[in-house]
Amino acid sequence: MTGITQCDLLVVGAGPAGLAAATLAARHGVDTMLLDEQPSPGGQIYRAITTTPLQNRDTLGKDYWHGEALVKAFRRSHARYEPGATVWAVSRMTAQDPEGGFEVAYSVAGEARMLQARNIILATGAQERPFPIPGWTLPGVMTVGAAQTMFKTTGIVPGKRTVLAGCGPLLYLVAWQYMKAGVKIEALLDTTGAGGLTQALPHVWGFLRSPYLAKGLKLVHEVRAKARIIRGITALEAVGTGRLDHVLYTADGKSAELPCDQLLLHQGVIPNINLSQALGVELRWSETMLCWEPAVDDWGNTSVAEVGIAGDGASITGALAAEHLGRLVALEACRQLGKLDQPTRDREGETHRKALARAVLGRDFFDRLYLPPEQFRIPVGDTIVCRCEEVTAAQVRETVKLGCPGPNQMKSFLRCGMGPCQGRFCNTTVTEIIAQERGLSPQEVGHYRLRFPTKPLTLGELASLPQTEDSKKAVIRLKKQP
Amino acid sequence: MFKRLPEAQQAMRQHPVAVTINGKAVQCREGDTVSAAMFAAGVVDCRDTVVGGVPRGPYCMMGICYDCLVTIDGQPNQQGCMTLVREGMNIERQGGARQVRT
Repeated sequence: MTGITQCDLLVVGAGPAGLAAATLAARHGVDTMLLDEQPSPGGQIYRAITTTPLQNRDTLGKDYWHGEALVKAFRRSHARYEPGATVWAVSRMTAQDPEGGFEVAYSVAGEARMLQARNIILATGAQERPFPIPGWTLPGVMTVGAAQTMFKTTGIVPGKRTVLAGCGPLLYLVAWQYMKAGVKIEALLDTTGAGGLTQALPHVWGFLRSPYLAKGLKLVHEVRAKARIIRGITALEAVGTGRLDHVLYTADGKSAELPCDQLLLHQGVIPNINLSQALGVELRWSETMLCWEPAVDDWGNTSVAEVGIAGDGASITGALAAEHLGRLVALEACRQLGKLDQPTRDREGETHRKALARAVLGRDFFDRLYLPPEQFRIPVGDTIVCRCEEVTAAQVRETVKLGCPGPNQMKSFLRCGMGPCQGRFCNTTVTEIIAQERGLSPQEVGHYRLRFPTKPLTLGELASLPQTEDSKKAVIRLKKQP
Repeated sequence: MFKRLPEAQQAMRQHPVAVTINGKAVQCREGDTVSAAMFAAGVVDCRDTVVGGVPRGPYCMMGICYDCLVTIDGQPNQQGCMTLVREGMNIERQGGARQVRT
């Protein structure tokens, strides 16, 4: 079998969880391969940390540059690394060798490749939670995370009238980073609901002891001093013909119009689960985080044997927690691969578990505080739900009335969730809409069933896959022998 | 309506890459993604959508929303936010549904 890479452990994703996992596993003598979609390591949180043009450390802040140590340790390890690699299929090698692990297909620069791994750690991180408001598909509207990615990778920032809207720590962090870089913000429209505080208060003790408190307060204070913050936003709409012209909002029962060139939306992040979902990992709807989460145990084990998940790809706990989780999941992989016995795994895990507990302190408080209100999660009327197939909330609701019990039946009526993003920006929304229509819980309604390839690829790409002896035989066995 | 910070402009002068965006010569920086280069050049929409035929621009900038699709060197449906600029690259707005090439 030529052209097929072999490894003991495949780690997918070079964010904090993936980098820490690969580094630890390689240090324990596991033959480790790290595949990552981006051109350089860091994931989204430490995006472009080795290449950013913004070398003045104050601009992106200390928390960003923390990622440097992770990349350095990874580079010193013996783990192999392939950037620009998009994994699009994973399957267990049941036919020939059921104990032999997995066959993984991925693409680099439009060319498909294959590797075989005995064990897999998915560290696919987080994505922005969908923010389905009227006009969210207009050019000029993008996520806060997208704007921050561009900021980190290229130092490109909004040059004209910019409005930020939504809720959550990232919203204020980006406002703060922009202000430090001299970018003017017209207004920050805060959608944090009053209900959030009621739910968050019982968790205030952890928050008071957490490092988030001092940092967060300072940040919010500095943003408030310079930017116009409008609180209590209950309705939000992006308006324009062919591109964004202005934002319509309602605050304290009064509607107002705000002309702007750029609207940046954010209402938290959710696990990026497409790969684990397609692999058949069991998902559960989290009533506290209001999203699908792969079910994992304390060591990151999923319902699929030999597949672990580390970091935000399992549940949103942030960058620092991700790094400790990465190490814990890697220790378990080392155990499964025979490099560590269980007592050693447990002993080594203790340090990481303590660090993890410190890193997540206080999250219960702001997770609840910043839960997006219903009207910004579960749209009605002509608001687009599926950005790819341009399906509206009203259309999805109509299919329920026609008898569709869940997201998968709805697909065949509307193609909703079947465009190139493969449900990444409508999975949670569709589940919540159908649950609301049927008066059931999201867990009862269920989620999209995903299949490989998890990212679109061309036939040419598929044809460039290296062939195993078995796959060749499967095709040519009927050929007449000379 | 985006711009490069002074530090980023300096970096662009040190590592310049010349591309064409919708027929216009544009200078960008080595390491820019196609989508970022388009934003910096004042281009906020990169295509017309497949179903409604309305303008759309990049949304997530991390390779998952597929709103940034553009035609690069004649090849349609390329993810602008996942493709780095190369000297001489020809970036074009793409319209509507993809065509099967014969």
